[in-house]
Amino acid sequence: MLDTLILSRIQFAANISFHILFPTITIALGWLLFYFKLRFDFSQHPVWMRAYRFWVKVFALTFALGVVSGITMSFQFGTNWPGFMETIGNIAGPLLAYEILTAFFLEATMLGIMLFGFHKVPRWAHTLATFLVALGTTFSAFWILVLNSWMQTPAGFEMRDGVVHATDWFAIIFNPSFPYRFMHMLLASALTVCFLVAGISAYRLLRGDNKKAPKLTLKTALFTAAILAPTQALVGDFHGLNTLEHQPQKIAAMEGIWHTEKGAPLVLFAIPDAETQQNRFAIEIPKLASLILTHDPNGELKGLNEFVGEHPPVAPVFYSFRVMVGIGMLMLLVAWWSSIKLVRHKTLTPLHLKLLIGMTFSGWIATLAGWYVTEIGRQPYLVYGLLKTRDAVTTVPSEHVALTLGLYLVLYAVLLVLYIKTLFWLAKRAVEVEEYDLTMPGLPENAPATDKATGASA
Amino acid sequence: MNWLTAEHLALVFGGLTALSILLYAILDGYDLGVGITLPMGNEAWRDTAIASIGPFWDANETWLVLAVGLLLVAFPAAHSAILHALYLPTAMLLIGLILRGVAFDFRAKVKTQRKVYWDYTFKAGSLLATFSQGFMLGIYVMGLQYHTGSIIFACFSGLCVTAAYAMIGNAWLIGKTSGELQLHAIKHCKIAGVLTLSGILAVSLINPMVNANVLQVWTEPPLAYFFAAIPLLCFAMFVIGYLALKRLPLPKDAGAWLPFAICNVIFISSFIGLALSFYPFVVPNQMTLYQAASSRESLLIIFFGAVVVIPVIAAYTAVAYYAFRGKADGLKYY
Repeated sequence: MLDTLILSRIQFAANISFHILFPTITIALGWLLFYFKLRFDFSQHPVWMRAYRFWVKVFALTFALGVVSGITMSFQFGTNWPGFMETIGNIAGPLLAYEILTAFFLEATMLGIMLFGFHKVPRWAHTLATFLVALGTTFSAFWILVLNSWMQTPAGFEMRDGVVHATDWFAIIFNPSFPYRFMHMLLASALTVCFLVAGISAYRLLRGDNKKAPKLTLKTALFTAAILAPTQALVGDFHGLNTLEHQPQKIAAMEGIWHTEKGAPLVLFAIPDAETQQNRFAIEIPKLASLILTHDPNGELKGLNEFVGEHPPVAPVFYSFRVMVGIGMLMLLVAWWSSIKLVRHKTLTPLHLKLLIGMTFSGWIATLAGWYVTEIGRQPYLVYGLLKTRDAVTTVPSEHVALTLGLYLVLYAVLLVLYIKTLFWLAKRAVEVEEYDLTMPGLPENAPATDKATGASA
Repeated sequence: MNWLTAEHLALVFGGLTALSILLYAILDGYDLGVGITLPMGNEAWRDTAIASIGPFWDANETWLVLAVGLLLVAFPAAHSAILHALYLPTAMLLIGLILRGVAFDFRAKVKTQRKVYWDYTFKAGSLLATFSQGFMLGIYVMGLQYHTGSIIFACFSGLCVTAAYAMIGNAWLIGKTSGELQLHAIKHCKIAGVLTLSGILAVSLINPMVNANVLQVWTEPPLAYFFAAIPLLCFAMFVIGYLALKRLPLPKDAGAWLPFAICNVIFISSFIGLALSFYPFVVPNQMTLYQAASSRESLLIIFFGAVVVIPVIAAYTAVAYYAFRGKADGLKYY
């Protein structure tokens, strides 16, 4: 039987991994919908409203999954990690409270108007609601990344009797790693949405959808990705330098540097072996890691040997980092290649469309891998340098945690499969119906029959 | 800011937490109530019933997040103690809420023949979440102890909360619908009302028998004379509500919102009764508000935020309810 600590960690990891999939989509998709709505308002061209109507359904479904899994998260602090709030509650508490007050209510209330209010409020108010939903999701990301970054690079506090007390809220919010992490996450969300939109639009085109909307959304998504993918690489690089400054052992695990060395090679691939403290089957480029991280081919990089008992498990961090970078590079190549072909030939070949369908959820994998790098990379600490994970865990019997973990895992697996299937089912149905008919706008009784088929619900 | 002492802040945050729980019970109470009594025999009714809560449920559920958040932020020790004792029922509540929340969305997007399965999921999720909340309340009232007596009481409390949510859910439907579905809701509101009344009477008798403090609060003069107004108001509302339901529906849909308003008064008075029974304890007989409160600086930071933001939330919530006023039939998904 596994103990409460490891079960609670698996449960939290499962929960947060499942949860982050959905905000990763809604953060950027909210802004994309706002863009579609603005283009419609200014041009009156129905194709923008058709794009909006299709993607708002995806947004609603994704948002619902994000909300329900997020509520589970908010309870788990108390049920599984009482030591977390008991130690840093004075910092985490206000940050979470501000997230609820400034983001959750705003997005949840405005979502109602965005989904059901098209005929109930003036057009400008509907556009405003769309904007506020996007703003709400971004506020939410802001506060949660403040808290997460603070857990990585704590600042603006003092310890009294083993409890953290805030001394400078500006330093807490704009802690050293926050700007990098926030930008990195916003771009990750944008790229995830670009490939989701491109993949689903490609699926519609491949199934013979002759309408203008999927062509338009495919182009929008790929052009945006072509600009954002290299931007993300740049931001990721700055983020890495910031991590080297504040959490050198995380970098050592990411790069597989067991012993401090000058002129460290960039390990493209290897099997890190914790027993012998070496990389097996390593494929390396000499001096490149030192060059990237210290801007000097002979620069010194600290190895894991300097952080005995204080460094994360190497293999998961090492592999996750390579998955993230690998998919990021693939996204960059595909976005550029597709954009060039679209500019030259206006269309993509069926094989090319299939490639894009295959990459529909590539953003999810890269985002998860990135979060694993940063969160596993923080171990054995829960709050870097302040609180170890094992000191925060609950005393609930392990059988109870095992039971709830099993239930959550089954539920999440089923929901994930159903979510993906439903997205493709929505795309398939969109091939046959027109999302929005301009000949009868603003008249509920004349709205297309397919509206009723959606069951008049979010 | 020296006039705002740590004691004041503990009381203010105790009040805010209680207010969030009350608002949650009323607002998500009607959502869950609609789910519990979803008429499975008639698809059009189900569409209308679910459409009536569609624009609101998400924001309603946020009050639970705020309540748990405030408890976590303002009373971390109490938060740990309560959730530790309620570990398994909390997980059941969350699974119920997950099923209910996703069913809302999936039902509108899957193949037509699969829709009915999501409606069953919606109903089952609502029922599980509601019963778990009642069970948690029961264990809380019993001082967070598990023994045969407390578990039987908690199960009974689960049924009471289910009846109460079914009552307010049907009262909401009476206001939001018309025709046969409204008649259906009136009938079910009556049944649920009778069950809720029996439940409240039973809990009001058992609670003072089990907790000596509670007995003292309700019997010690002179305050007990004032407190007596609360149960009297509550029972008067049941009588008025029953008489109103017997006369509904009226021409021009007059009084259609009366049952919902009455349910609100019943919820508020029952909640105040419960809060008075346990004040100043936040964990019954173990920990008071003042012992559990976090540091003054952190509470102040949230206090100022809450003072500014909560009126804004109230304002845009009012806008949303105004935008979706009237009967639910014409609601369309965009």
